[in-house]
Amino acid sequence: MSIFEWSFVAAVLTSATPILFAALAGALCAQAGVFNIALEGQMLWGAFAAVAGSYYTGNAWAGVLVAVLSTAIYSVILAVGAARWKADPIIIAIGTNLLSLGLTGFLLRVLFDTSGSFAPQGLNGIGTMPFLKGIPVIGDVFAGQSVLVPLAFVLIVAAGLWLRLTPGGLRLRGVGEHPDAAATLGIGVARYQTWVTILGGGLCGLAGAQLSLGNVTLFTENMTAGRGWIAVAAVILVANKAFWLPVACLGFGAAEALGFRLQGIGAPQQLTDAAPYAITLVVLVIMRVVVTRRRTHALTPKETLV
Amino acid sequence: MIARLTRHPAVVPIGAVVLAILIGAVVILLAGLNPIDAYAAVLQGSLDVRNLDYTFSVWGFICGMGLVAAIPLRMGEFNLGGNGQLVLGGITAYVVASQLGLPGIVAVPFALIAAMLVSGGFAAVSAPLATRFGIPIIISTLLLSPVAVAVASYLVRFPLAEKGSGNAQTPVLPEDAHIWSLGDLRYTTVGLLLIIAVMVIFYVVDSRSAVGFELRVTGANRRFGEYAGLKPGRLALGAMGSAGAVAGLVGAIIVLSSPYRFIDGALISPGYTFAGLAAALLAGGRPALVPVTAILFTILQVGGASMERTAEVPRQLSDVLQGVVIVILALRVVLDRRRAGAGKDS
Repeated sequence: MSIFEWSFVAAVLTSATPILFAALAGALCAQAGVFNIALEGQMLWGAFAAVAGSYYTGNAWAGVLVAVLSTAIYSVILAVGAARWKADPIIIAIGTNLLSLGLTGFLLRVLFDTSGSFAPQGLNGIGTMPFLKGIPVIGDVFAGQSVLVPLAFVLIVAAGLWLRLTPGGLRLRGVGEHPDAAATLGIGVARYQTWVTILGGGLCGLAGAQLSLGNVTLFTENMTAGRGWIAVAAVILVANKAFWLPVACLGFGAAEALGFRLQGIGAPQQLTDAAPYAITLVVLVIMRVVVTRRRTHALTPKETLV
Repeated sequence: MIARLTRHPAVVPIGAVVLAILIGAVVILLAGLNPIDAYAAVLQGSLDVRNLDYTFSVWGFICGMGLVAAIPLRMGEFNLGGNGQLVLGGITAYVVASQLGLPGIVAVPFALIAAMLVSGGFAAVSAPLATRFGIPIIISTLLLSPVAVAVASYLVRFPLAEKGSGNAQTPVLPEDAHIWSLGDLRYTTVGLLLIIAVMVIFYVVDSRSAVGFELRVTGANRRFGEYAGLKPGRLALGAMGSAGAVAGLVGAIIVLSSPYRFIDGALISPGYTFAGLAAALLAGGRPALVPVTAILFTILQVGGASMERTAEVPRQLSDVLQGVVIVILALRVVLDRRRAGAGKDS
């Protein structure tokens, strides 16, 4: 195996990690029966908060903490609105997505007196893992990555185990699968949905932090550029099975990383920009044809949140 | 008496707007700026007599994109791919008007019709994706949109690019292919009349035709609609097709109007798509209300620039207010339920 190929694997991981965090958030919400399409806006807010936190404190980890906490707080709008007050989660999500696009652009101007992108000198990014250098394969793939990259995989496995092996996980799945039955057993359906949505907010904060302080060290307006929607597509694709999420997300990461490579050898940028979305859609279609032969009507899932 | 007043259907949208404006004022205050100056600048900038020509044209575009969201919303579906449909219409109109060598009198109508067909067909793809492959329309429209934007961006940067220009734009269209102005107005064109005509058609179809009724029944209760023999798949196809066609029309009108060329990003950056979506949600999808709610977002959009100039409040505040209005509208069900509960108690 040549270095070239391992560096490509590393690039795939880099591209996939923010989507992985967000998709995990979406999958957990889906398990609890909450259709969460606010991932895009929450991730964007997380990316902004991480850069702002790192800029003001001079510490990237403080930035990550700010991103996680503030995005969790931001997600309370969706959590309380949709789970407790039974408002339409789709409309709330459209609103909060627009709100975070506007608010990050607004704050970029007010706080940092700039528009477009913000990359001040000395902004600290999340550290890499140079101590892994020299270990074959692992060193090649992970040494240049932020610590959040392996954390994403650890969290996915932890979430999967939690859902399968613990009473809390079982209750969460019950809430999503049959809320009335869960309520009969004395489980607080709305409470579970509220907290899992807020937890999802925290994960989207991590997604944003990885994007703005891990993949790069800067913030640009609308820097998520649809990654949150690709995460939503990944959740639909794997039909809420958290263990399959890494496969789907790595696929999208590969599409993006391959795009960068092709761009390097002269392919037009527009082609590579569009590729992840087109590939996502094609894969969604193929999966539906191959895996589920059942005829499904999936016009907007109205009954997702009962 | 007061109870009856608060039950008026206009209370919710007006309340949402007032609340959003107050929240916007708090945001401006927190930023250390003056909200009264800001809002005054918004009104002055958008309603200034010298600007009215431009304001009217923007109102037309936002109304058009309002329909693009409102038509599928009538059956409970969300079309978030307006940007792609808009851009595809714009580039199609440019190609037809500039490359086919059509004589003057037919160039504009052909360009408009071609744009509507291409964008309508493009948007309609989302319907079978939902009914056959189980991919929700809200997702497929969002995933298709950047693909269309990228294709248009590629065309305008390479095959159709203006030679020797540093900007990503096409050459100016021939004189024949300029859409007709109304009198000596610069921005307001026959296009505005077309959009008004489309709004009237949507209103009539929605309120007076069988298809409109089927659309609303499906939106109100899909299972009941299917039970009654309605075909949600075909309705979705029609709704998405017509929504896309309207977006294509708007894109074509923008390209065929001053400055008479396709500039990369120029159709998307003003944010007509989401202003239109916000207007449609604020109108509750009701066709007759879209032109009214569109006024608010037009004022925000056009006045945003002058707010930035004179009150130093960033233009992005318009997006913030759009988002806040939508969130408040979604949360209003709480109020409804509380009211219903109070009614039961008494």
